This record gives sequence, structure tokens and C-alpha cells, in this order.
Amino acid sequence: MKNGGALLVVAMLLIVASSLALFATSNGAWLANVPQRDRERVNPYRDQPDAVAAGRRIFVDHCAHCHGDNADGTKKRPSLKSARVQQEATDGDLHWLLVNGNRGQGMPSWIKLGDPQIWQVICYVKSLH
Amino acid sequence: MDLADNRSVVNALRILKLSFLTGHAALLLLGILLPSYLKIDCQEYPYFVTYSQEMEEPGNLDIEMFNVVGNPQGGDSFIGSDVEFEYGLKGWWTTEFYLDGQATQNQSTIFTGFRWENRFRPLSREHWINPVLYVEFEDINGANKSLKEVVGHDGRYDFLVPNWLARMDKERELELKLILGSNVRGWNISENFIAEKNLAGDPWEFGYAFGVSRALQLAASARECTFCAEKFQAGLEMYGGLGDANGFGLHLTSQYLGPTINWSAPNGMTVAFSPQFGLNGYSIPVLYRFSVSYEIQQFFSHFHRGGS
Repeated sequence: MKNGGALLVVAMLLIVASSLALFATSNGAWLANVPQRDRERVNPYRDQPDAVAAGRRIFVDHCAHCHGDNADGTKKRPSLKSARVQQEATDGDLHWLLVNGNRGQGMPSWIKLGDPQIWQVICYVKSLH
Repeated sequence: MDLADNRSVVNALRILKLSFLTGHAALLLLGILLPSYLKIDCQEYPYFVTYSQEMEEPGNLDIEMFNVVGNPQGGDSFIGSDVEFEYGLKGWWTTEFYLDGQATQNQSTIFTGFRWENRFRPLSREHWINPVLYVEFEDINGANKSLKEVVGHDGRYDFLVPNWLARMDKERELELKLILGSNVRGWNISENFIAEKNLAGDPWEFGYAFGVSRALQLAASARECTFCAEKFQAGLEMYGGLGDANGFGLHLTSQYLGPTINWSAPNGMTVAFSPQFGLNGYSIPVLYRFSVSYEIQQFFSHFHRGGS
């Protein structure tokens, strides 16, 4: 069993080291990584009048500290009013980003919010253009 | 319910009151004293023993106080407490420091040690099952009653040893966990496989934990609310020992199962509660767990000049 324990520790260290290498090589070009079927997803809350207000609440609770109260960005985190977010990225792209995060660049996954809240916050972000 | 049962309930309630007057009062005070510009946010699963695949957001500090109240048959009622400081170093790396203590009726209130753990998430994207690797070093004594995990042949008999004797037993342990977590249609499903080794030479001990939970309402409402369904998460948690390297299995192990719920309060505090029931005679019949936590976003930015 002593050998088994040592092997387990070595295996875990190897996995951690390979993760570090993986993150070190990530370039942050998340938009290019979004699969086509995710890009084409339609926001089910798109035409719901309350979705922007609900999304604003979620944004203030979870996103504003990094991206700014009005999504203008902060020293280290990007503005969400950029052309990339407002014009290049579809709702599906943003959903993919919020689900998967971009951990190498400091963006966590927000899958714990659940799909409805993720779509609602996208409604708010897209309303800022 | 006979006289002895009544007495044990009264003892448990006294201990509960003591806990609120000490640790929880301190955390509540912290919440009041925190400047309003400190953005506080909590959106957590209602688990007490089970770890999910979620990592702490980079730069955020989560301060939590977990408590467990129990009354082992033939022993004294106790409350085991731990204060946790969880910090997100990177999106894939979370570190956490714990301070443990306990109070046992008719005996004493003692500090029982510390733990330091690190969690690593090897895969950057979300998958059907998301693994997280957990490594912890514990320096605790035998009187520890925080029940953060149940491994090996841990059972109710461990709680019959008086504090003065149990605290002489030093336990420096390495604990490894494989955490697997999934999010499916608003449900979180988390499984933990635990291997623990006393560095003094005891055999590896094994255990598990399983949790499933869901917010009562997935979509947010347009207006602020306090007791609406979206503020509550409910679920089920089960955990127990799986023997050790000399005998793997459920024989002579304790097992627990119980519902669990948490509530995200408007000021950023999250309160959780769970009654957990021992499933065999080797377990403590009922454990009552409760916790209070605060998450402070971008903790260190508040110390920088011009930090918001």
C-alpha cells in the first residue's frame, strides 16, 4: 500500500504540472475556440422585458467588481462594451465563455449560476451597446 | 421521550447557543463592520462535507464557520467548529486554511489543530464530469470533532474518549481527495473519494462523500428579494468511511445521510443547515450541522491605494 500511496502522489503532481503547462500556453483568444453549435445557440430570454433588469442584478452581484459597475472594465479586466463582446460575439459565444471560463486569463466558470441566469446576464451585457 | 433524551436535547441547545454567542456572533459582527464598498457575494452549494468542482474565484476570500452538534450514545454532547479562510489564487488553484476547535458538555472547550489544503483543477473547460485534485495537510489531535470527513473506521466510539485523553493523540495526516463534479440542468452532482494517511505510520484510510443540490428557482427575478426561491439551494448529502488498507469496505464504518439547505441573505451572508442521520449503530444517531459564510470579492484590492 505504501507504493500505491506514493504512486498516487506522483500521479497527482504530474497532472498538476501538465495543467500548469496547459494554462501557460493559453493565449486568451477564447472566441476562436467556441464550437459552431455553441455559437449558434439562441438566447431564450432575448425578448423578455424583465431579463435585462434581472441580468443587471446578477451582473452587480457577480461581475461588477472585475468588469466595473457599468461594465467599462478595470485595470486588469476588460470592458464588456468592446466591439469583440458587443459585435463579434454572439449570445451563444458569451454563453460558452460564461460556462467554460477562461481560467488562464483569470475568468472563472459561472456554470454554478445555471443556464437561465447566464442567459439573463447576457441580455444585460448585450443591452449596453 | 424520556428524561435522558430531554436532557440531551437541552444540552445540545445550550451548546448551540454557546456557538452562536461566540463564533457566529463574531462572523455576524464582521458582516456589519465590513465597509459597504466591500462587495460581498455568495453563491454556494449547501454541502458541509462534500466538495464540488467549483473553485474560489481568483482574488476572492471566503470566510466560513462550520459547526456540527452531536450527542453520541453514552457520551457527552459536543459541538465541533472550524473557521475556514478560502482564497482563490488562480482560476485553477484554490487554497484554504482551517482552524479547528470543539466544546464538549461537562468537559472542556479546546483548540484541536489546523489544516491547510490546496485544490487543483486540471481541465480548463467544463465537461460532463469535472475532476479536481485535493491535497491537505492536517496537524490536529485526537479530540478533533469537526467531522470534516469520515474515513476508515471512524465511529461514535471515538467520541466517548474524554478530551483530556484524546488531545494527547497527535495526528499529522496527509489527505488526498479526488473530487468529481457535474452540473446538469441546474443540478449539481458531486462525488468525493478520500484517502487519508497518518504520517506516523497508520495504514491508509478511505472514505467518500456524495452531494446533490439545486437552487429552488434557477432564473433571477427582476427585483431584489430576500426570501424568494432563487435565494435558496436545497439538496441531499451522504458520506461515510470505506475502511482502510487492511480491510476495504463498509464493515465497522459510520455512514450519514441528510437533507441540506442554504439561504443567501441580502447582505452577502450565506447560512446553511443540515440534520444528518447515522445509518447504522456505528454512527452518531443525529448530527446537526450549520454554517455562516461571507465571500469578499477581490480581497487584496481593498488594501491598494485607490482600490475600490
